[in-house]
Amino acid sequence: MGMNITEKILAKASNRTKVSPDDVVIANIDKVMIHDVSGPGVIKVFELWENKGIKLEKLYDPEKVWISEDHFVPASDKVSANNISLLSKWSKKFNVKKHYKYGLGQYGICHTLSHEEGLILPGELYVGGDSHTNTSGAMGALAVGLGHTDIAYVLMNGKIWFKIPETILFKLSGKKPDYIMAKDIILKIIGEIGTDGANYKAMQFSGDVIEKMTMEERLTLTNMTTEAGAKNGIIEPDNTTYEYLKSRTNEKYIPVYSDVDAEYSEIYSYEIGDLEPIVAKPFSPKNISVARELQGIELDKAYIGSCTGAKLEDLRNAAKIMKGKKVKIRTEVLPAAQSIFLKAMKEGLVNVFLEAGAIVGPPTCGACCGAHMGVLAKDEVCISTTNRNFPGRMGHVESKTYLASPLVVASSAINGKITDPRDVD
Amino acid sequence: MTGKVIKYDIENIDTDVIIPGPYLKIHDHKELGKHSMEGLDPDFSSKVNKGDFMVTGKNFGCGSSREHAPIALHESGIQAILAPSFARIFYRNAVDGGYLLPIEIEQDIVKKIQDRDELEINLNENKIFNKTQKEEYLIKPFPELISKIVSAGGLINFKIEEQN
Repeated sequence: MGMNITEKILAKASNRTKVSPDDVVIANIDKVMIHDVSGPGVIKVFELWENKGIKLEKLYDPEKVWISEDHFVPASDKVSANNISLLSKWSKKFNVKKHYKYGLGQYGICHTLSHEEGLILPGELYVGGDSHTNTSGAMGALAVGLGHTDIAYVLMNGKIWFKIPETILFKLSGKKPDYIMAKDIILKIIGEIGTDGANYKAMQFSGDVIEKMTMEERLTLTNMTTEAGAKNGIIEPDNTTYEYLKSRTNEKYIPVYSDVDAEYSEIYSYEIGDLEPIVAKPFSPKNISVARELQGIELDKAYIGSCTGAKLEDLRNAAKIMKGKKVKIRTEVLPAAQSIFLKAMKEGLVNVFLEAGAIVGPPTCGACCGAHMGVLAKDEVCISTTNRNFPGRMGHVESKTYLASPLVVASSAINGKITDPRDVD
Repeated sequence: MTGKVIKYDIENIDTDVIIPGPYLKIHDHKELGKHSMEGLDPDFSSKVNKGDFMVTGKNFGCGSSREHAPIALHESGIQAILAPSFARIFYRNAVDGGYLLPIEIEQDIVKKIQDRDELEINLNENKIFNKTQKEEYLIKPFPELISKIVSAGGLINFKIEEQN
């Protein structure tokens, strides 16, 4: 039997001709990312190791490492300012050139920069110090989130252990209805398989829906594989991938595709022709309903931000709904990267948001992880384009977050309550 | 390895409640320990004693990759967590960082073990003896590589090159 794309990338990275689920391999890493939360955590690990006599003299390859400032930026207080300062000194000391600093040209949420800047390429094995590293799997890469110790180990040695995951194949077919976005599809899938439905496993997406889907929409799918517990989400690269990368990088890459006789632990087929806009209710991404069943639920806030829901197409879709209208609840729009902010300005999207009464802020993970920039108060109810709604995720532990597509969030913002975009006048 | 049980019979306990987002900027381990499980049980740090075992539902530690989660639990005194399953990054972080042991047990054993029971865990024989209830349970053995990392006390003491 052949191998699927996830197995083939791990086989290549561990210099093997064949790997199978449950094999444990030591794999060479192509790219590594840390940010202003995981970075200082990794530096702390190096400090602890140094106390035990293991000193980091140099990185295994500074060219393969990149750094993002995104969680607590612009520095939200003294502690986060110190973390960012620490990271700057560290990147200088270890000669990391790709350090995207806020207020200094291009910067943004790590999982957005990874595609906006063409940093992660088809066929690569990429690890990041953040759980939503899975996002980059839409580029045809194997992208996996790791913790501080593992990332420290990779930065020092260039390799780490992996268990070969089983792969679940999701075949998506049918004509995508109007007002349906990738967010609705992935919420539907998580609603059915649960938050541990793909634990330790790979989620691979294919089918005619994927073939027609834009790069940014594909990224929304892989982004939220994390919420199903997946080790990675992945989509085989195609012309959409190659065209997207053309204007973003000159770096060479070797695409990898699944063998025709590849094995999958399970195959799920979804016909999306009848799919309706979906909302995940508090307090889990698997807690889904169709938006119309929740219509009328009163809201305090709408949040359009994060690596999941503030890419250029997300903003275009939100603006399409909000154009010429006024928001009835506090609404925040935070483009996911400086480059996206700029494109949104040029396209007039920022004007639409400001004229509607929303606030438009700088790229940051911000309130998505309850860090800063608009966190929720006790009992406040928010609808958000982000990826998680566990208790306290976006602020007070007794606040509530509904997750939805940018179309649903924008529709809800102008109505002040949960609204299906098909019901907007 | 012996200790008393602190039990949360809840599934899918996520990293946002184990150590809420605002503490992500903190990297002082002792400080993180003070806020362990704050999103679920604000009194946790006063209830837990050094060497306790946490017994809990499936998919413990789902959510983010924050290593703050096993660090905070370790600093608050937890030496092992017994659950039917763990989220993958939490599991890796716990083992590779050498903070605590994620031990997989069957769902019906979670039901049998009660809060404040005293347990004796024998990793060589993959058994738990419940000293309070005078019962013995089986645990799911660690895979070979995990077992070696656990024995080494974390990835730092583990010679990865020897494994290939």
